[in-house]
Amino acid sequence: MNSNSLLSEVAQVSGEKVQACYQCQKCSAGCPVAYAMDILPNQVLRHIQYDHREKVLGSKTIWICASCYACSVRCPNNIDIARIMDTLREIANRSGIKPGEKDVPVFHSVFLDTIKSKGRIHELSLILQFKIKTRDFFKDASLGLKMYRKGKIKLFPSKFGGGKEIKEIFNSFEKREVK
Amino acid sequence: MKEVSYYPGCSLHGTAREYDESIRGVSELLGLQLHELEDWTCCGASSAHCTDEALAIDLAARNLAIAEKSRRELLVPCVACYSRFKVAEKEVKEHSAKLRFSYQGNVPIRYSLDFFCDESILEQVKKKRVKPLKGLRVVCYYGCLTVRPPQLTGIKKYEDPVHMDRLMEILGAEPIPWSYKTDCCGASLVMTRTDIVRRLGGKLLSMAKEAEADCLVTGCPMCHSNLDTRQDELGKEVGDNFDIPILYFSELMGLALGHKDAKKWFGHHITDPIKVLSAKGLV
Repeated sequence: MNSNSLLSEVAQVSGEKVQACYQCQKCSAGCPVAYAMDILPNQVLRHIQYDHREKVLGSKTIWICASCYACSVRCPNNIDIARIMDTLREIANRSGIKPGEKDVPVFHSVFLDTIKSKGRIHELSLILQFKIKTRDFFKDASLGLKMYRKGKIKLFPSKFGGGKEIKEIFNSFEKREVK
Repeated sequence: MKEVSYYPGCSLHGTAREYDESIRGVSELLGLQLHELEDWTCCGASSAHCTDEALAIDLAARNLAIAEKSRRELLVPCVACYSRFKVAEKEVKEHSAKLRFSYQGNVPIRYSLDFFCDESILEQVKKKRVKPLKGLRVVCYYGCLTVRPPQLTGIKKYEDPVHMDRLMEILGAEPIPWSYKTDCCGASLVMTRTDIVRRLGGKLLSMAKEAEADCLVTGCPMCHSNLDTRQDELGKEVGDNFDIPILYFSELMGLALGHKDAKKWFGHHITDPIKVLSAKGLV
């Protein structure tokens, strides 16, 4: 196996045996979001084997996967496909390849920024930050108001005392990102 | 009184407040004293594990390290947090992951539904039940992470789980068989690909309606939010009208055990459960 190949990178990061896939397509048959994917889960595994880096890392599929684990529990070769999807998102983030889904990676980065600054997810802050990034201010506005009336929206984030540790966690994450 | 550590997680301090309040209420009635972890922080789900594995483990382990100081069981009502904690536990126990926090994998991590389905708790529920949920037809919706992957959850019947159905039976309700117990609602995509959530959620509610359920029961704050708050959108997506209350299993436990605040919890729902429950003479 070429040590620079996508196959070896995925195998190393995920610990999963991508080569064990014999294309039974059980993963794709049971995937609840397959209809919205550009390449099916079984095809992702094949493209990894062929080292089609751009095709896989630039796909919609890796961002559409909802991490429901239906594929992983049904794979006859015990390949944890949901975990491989995590690995592919991780590799894609660092690859510089344009993501196939625009908003999903933006959401993840806003989510992590919220944890970094507040320690916990304050839902209102998260939503507002995401709207600023995506410039879609009206989506779900009336739903938000309904939820506020039902006492479901907390206006201010709660205080927490773990700031120093959270900062350390994110410092080492950011160092890995730069590498 | 049994003492238990408690990690509410971010949702239960916001949109899922009725889940938090009902878990606390039911625990009190069952003689459990919950100790909220001091200075807990977000478990990282779902964005950390989509970004960097080590970051995901760190964020989970920080909380587990706090819990391990007391050695009490750790009660986790949000299944996304639970799943991330179990992944971190596995990494430490099986792969000796090196952590920046002192955590050895010695905290029993308990998902709320599993915890309240323990035989000892069910025995107490049988004894303390004051208002059987007679005539209430429910579909039990387990979703993904409460059962999958079974290597983490320990659930043997992961394709056709029955523990919530049994709990509902003990409460006096009538759990109805249906085929969508463990289908995904698309939760993690709700902000970004709402269209997918509408389609998956619409399908779930159609099937609940076809089963002639009075309500759908869940133990996941994300599933709850998707199915409770967007029923008009989900209906439009599949060409139907829905008015199906989505209840946390703990709210129904509280109702059957006669908790005085049960009606307050129902007041936080977008799809009103009081109509159905009062028609059955339960509130």
